[in-house]
Amino acid sequence: MISPLEARYYRRRMPLLWWAKRRSYATFMLRELSSLFVALFVVELLLLVRAVASGPAAYDDFLNAMANPAMIVINLVALAFVLLHAVTFANLTPRAMVVRVRGRTVPARAILAGVYLGWLLVTAFLAWLVVG
Amino acid sequence: MAHPDGRTTPEPFVWLLFSAGGVVAALVLPVLLVLFGVAIPLGWVDAPGHAHLLAVLRNPLTRLGVIGVSALALVHAAHRLRFTVEHAFRLRRYDPIIATVCYGGALIGSAAAAYLMLGAL
Repeated sequence: MISPLEARYYRRRMPLLWWAKRRSYATFMLRELSSLFVALFVVELLLLVRAVASGPAAYDDFLNAMANPAMIVINLVALAFVLLHAVTFANLTPRAMVVRVRGRTVPARAILAGVYLGWLLVTAFLAWLVVG
Repeated sequence: MAHPDGRTTPEPFVWLLFSAGGVVAALVLPVLLVLFGVAIPLGWVDAPGHAHLLAVLRNPLTRLGVIGVSALALVHAAHRLRFTVEHAFRLRRYDPIIATVCYGGALIGSAAAAYLMLGAL
């Protein structure tokens, strides 16, 4: 038996930037980082609600702020990350949820098709609600 | 919920909120981000009028929906960021502080959403 104090010497030290060493680790980190942009956009949405609640002038100010080129670039980056989040989360569904119909497992592809169909319906409905 | 060593932890419920928030964020956020972040600012789509948006937001279902989506998506992001920061920079030791900051931020955001949708509109 070695003491915990001695064991410390045998433990491999992880480099601080361990996830930059391999592409798969970096992809994992990018995927996890997507949550930062999910939070950022929720804040933007709440600012939109606040502007609409404050009146037409505040709403125009909000639209102008969003049309600032820097803001558009930030939102394009955010969109890339939010889409990464959406696709990775959707593709997880068949693994998180096994559906059985009359004793047979529904194939993963059928579940995925359902998920993307639902996503399409929600997207169309929200677009209609906002702009329609 | 009971832990193997007898302690009670809220972790399973946080994981439940985490996946619910992930699903909701994946379903709802992309289209809104495309519209308000890209298509409307670039002039591809006309901005909805103020009166129209106000009417949509004042609908009771929209009020509940916006609060629910905001709260769940923020808890999802908080939970994920907590572990991302801890794993990326080996900060497991500081979990109590990091967790407090992450969930605290989500709580403040959710409270702001509730205030805006129920009090300000």
